[in-house]
Amino acid sequence: MTATVIKDAGERALLPPFTDEHEELRATIRRWVEAEIAPHVDEWDEAGEFPRSLYERAGELGFLGLKYPEELGGQGGDYVHDAVWAEEIAAAGAGGGVGAGLGAHTGIATPPVFRFGTPEQHERFLRPAIAGRKIGALGITEPGAGSDVAAIRTRAERHGDVHVVNGSKTFITNGARADFLVCACRTKPEGGHGGISFLILERDMPGYEVTRKLEKLGWRSSDTAELSFTDVVVPAENLLGPEHGGFYLIMANFQWERLLMALGAVGAMRNLLERTLAYAREREAFGRPIGRFQAIRHQLAEVGLKLETSRALAYHALREFVRPEAERRKAIAAGDWAHPAITAGLDEVTKAKLYTQRAAVDAADICLQIHGGYGYMREYGIERALRDLRLGPIGGGTDEIMREILGKRLGL
Amino acid sequence: MKICCLVKEVPDAAVQKRIDPNTMRLDRSGEKNLNPFDTHALEAAMQIRESGVVQVDEIVAVTMGPESAVRALHKAVALGADRSVHLTDPALEGSDVNATGYALAKVLESEQPDLVLLGQQSDDGECYTIGAVVADHLQVPSLTQVIKIDVAEGKLTCERQAEYGYDTVEVELPAVISVGDAINEPRYPSLKAIMGAKKKPLDTKSAADVGIDTSEVGIEGSKTRVLAINPPPAKEPGEVFEDEDTDETVNKIVAWLEERKLV
Ligand SMILES: Cc1cc2nc3c(=O)[nH]c(=O)nc-3n(C[C@H](O)[C@H](O)[C@H](O)COP(=O)(O)OP(=O)(O)OC[C@H]3O[C@@H](n4cnc5c(N)ncnc54)[C@H](O)[C@@H]3O)c2cc1C
Repeated sequence: MTATVIKDAGERALLPPFTDEHEELRATIRRWVEAEIAPHVDEWDEAGEFPRSLYERAGELGFLGLKYPEELGGQGGDYVHDAVWAEEIAAAGAGGGVGAGLGAHTGIATPPVFRFGTPEQHERFLRPAIAGRKIGALGITEPGAGSDVAAIRTRAERHGDVHVVNGSKTFITNGARADFLVCACRTKPEGGHGGISFLILERDMPGYEVTRKLEKLGWRSSDTAELSFTDVVVPAENLLGPEHGGFYLIMANFQWERLLMALGAVGAMRNLLERTLAYAREREAFGRPIGRFQAIRHQLAEVGLKLETSRALAYHALREFVRPEAERRKAIAAGDWAHPAITAGLDEVTKAKLYTQRAAVDAADICLQIHGGYGYMREYGIERALRDLRLGPIGGGTDEIMREILGKRLGL
Repeated sequence: MKICCLVKEVPDAAVQKRIDPNTMRLDRSGEKNLNPFDTHALEAAMQIRESGVVQVDEIVAVTMGPESAVRALHKAVALGADRSVHLTDPALEGSDVNATGYALAKVLESEQPDLVLLGQQSDDGECYTIGAVVADHLQVPSLTQVIKIDVAEGKLTCERQAEYGYDTVEVELPAVISVGDAINEPRYPSLKAIMGAKKKPLDTKSAADVGIDTSEVGIEGSKTRVLAINPPPAKEPGEVFEDEDTDETVNKIVAWLEERKLV
């Protein structure tokens, strides 16, 4: 409950942009995760899947629609409420897999439908997604195009009123069980940024196939799939956002995805620090708790510092991101992609993503070491944290790409 | 039917409890929360409403406490109460259980509920007695440690936890019922409910507003005085039986227990 609260002489000071209301939400999410998710996380990791019913449960409790309007079955909150969700499920011990499965749905698949979708698309996809009845996924990465997003080759050819889609996607979170896929397709034969459009593909469309569920190091309970499309006929009403303007949608989405990953890393580090502190107090060697050895104490101090630095960067990026949200909405509605609100917080978000993901891996490694042999064993969940967090410096844009963005922003 | 839930703001469970040696009272600074036991009372009220057996017109959260206690009321409203009443007055500061019960009863007199629900204990004072004191002032029946409530028109059938099992008790309304945490699993307040809580009506009442005789409350009006506070005596070290021959060890343990008439 005291996550975002700095304690000073017993009085609370909330860290902006969070308010009491956000702390209430935090406590609720925490209670839910501790009661209904954390006890099963290892079992689901082992099984390579968490139950589909978890989406419905999260939908019923309103967690899938925190930032969406009440008219669509949402809770009428905003991006800051969603930030609480991203941090707290990780902090309360939902683990990377469940975090990714629910997070891809709320954090990357549904936001473009909300931002760019028509009222009719909101009804067809967003409303059931908020209720947890339909699962969403975002499909950008392809076997031949990861970091180099503009190299995607999945083609959507226009034939009168419909698009015919051919190609494949890989590493798609929720790919195997998604009911709809927000899918980046090339709609102009010439390469580059200009000719990308988003289509919403539906699982029951003929030619849409889940070719493989992928085996992974971590995030094991989330499904990550390879998809193939053979002459999938997609009606015009499934075109999301401006035709050929999909690159903007990708860029708009990346910001939020990266911010959520930063917040998730903060949550994961809080969880690791808390558990490892308890362990260091309790585990004895050479007649004293191991936490009383300077070598261990200093390592925990380091984890605390990584956490605090991550938190400061992530919250700062969050504030910068949400500040011009009203103008961002207006700019998107007007198709004014050069408006500064579109990329507001880009530097901050990129830095937060870059720093926090590696910090979390390092923190998990330190915490595993402090747990000794028990850290290496399955039953303590520490090895799982390390496996889960290793995705951070790769997914949502690699560390190298983050450095490229920042380097270019320096004018080099 | 109108239900009033008595709620209290208490130090968060994570905060180390401490008695302030100057005031001889619990140090209530630091992180606070709605008393967890009261969330079960609110849930019980919501379940009565949702059962549809009787029509519940209103669920009102009532607290007595300093300004900060408003937060506990917001939480109570987020959990389902329709509105809340905050009794706050410098004259009430330092009231003991009896004085607090009297003051709350005065609020309840002005509310005239059919049913008063509260948690069986507060997470800080842990007196377990407020319900009975309130009921005594209101001259209505009271049950404690209730873990099941069935409603009917004008009465309740309650199961109450007893040392030897359960008592099933029928009680006429109005009544004051304190509930145990086994009664239900409180719901998760939705964000909508959390955000809406501040918009629900909240009445702030002073002692005079509800006709409290201030000579009966506060430090002066309280009938108990804390004279001294001592830590509990240290436990004597236990007796350790080394297990060399298990049969023999078992005999030793049985003899030890028999000696103390424990078996
Ligand atoms: C578990 C998991 C879940 C995922 N979920 C999704 C999803 O739901 N939807 C989706 O669309 N994608 C998803 N991804 C894909 C993810 O975004 C990509 O893996 C990531 O962007 C990297 O692309 P790549 O794997 O093709 O690596 P590559 O682009 O092939 O990169 C390989 C290496 O080269 C480096 N590199 C590449 N370009 C440069 C450069 N210009 N300068 C310096 N170094 C460079 C990279 O940093 C990396 O180290 C997921 C991936 C994983 C592993």
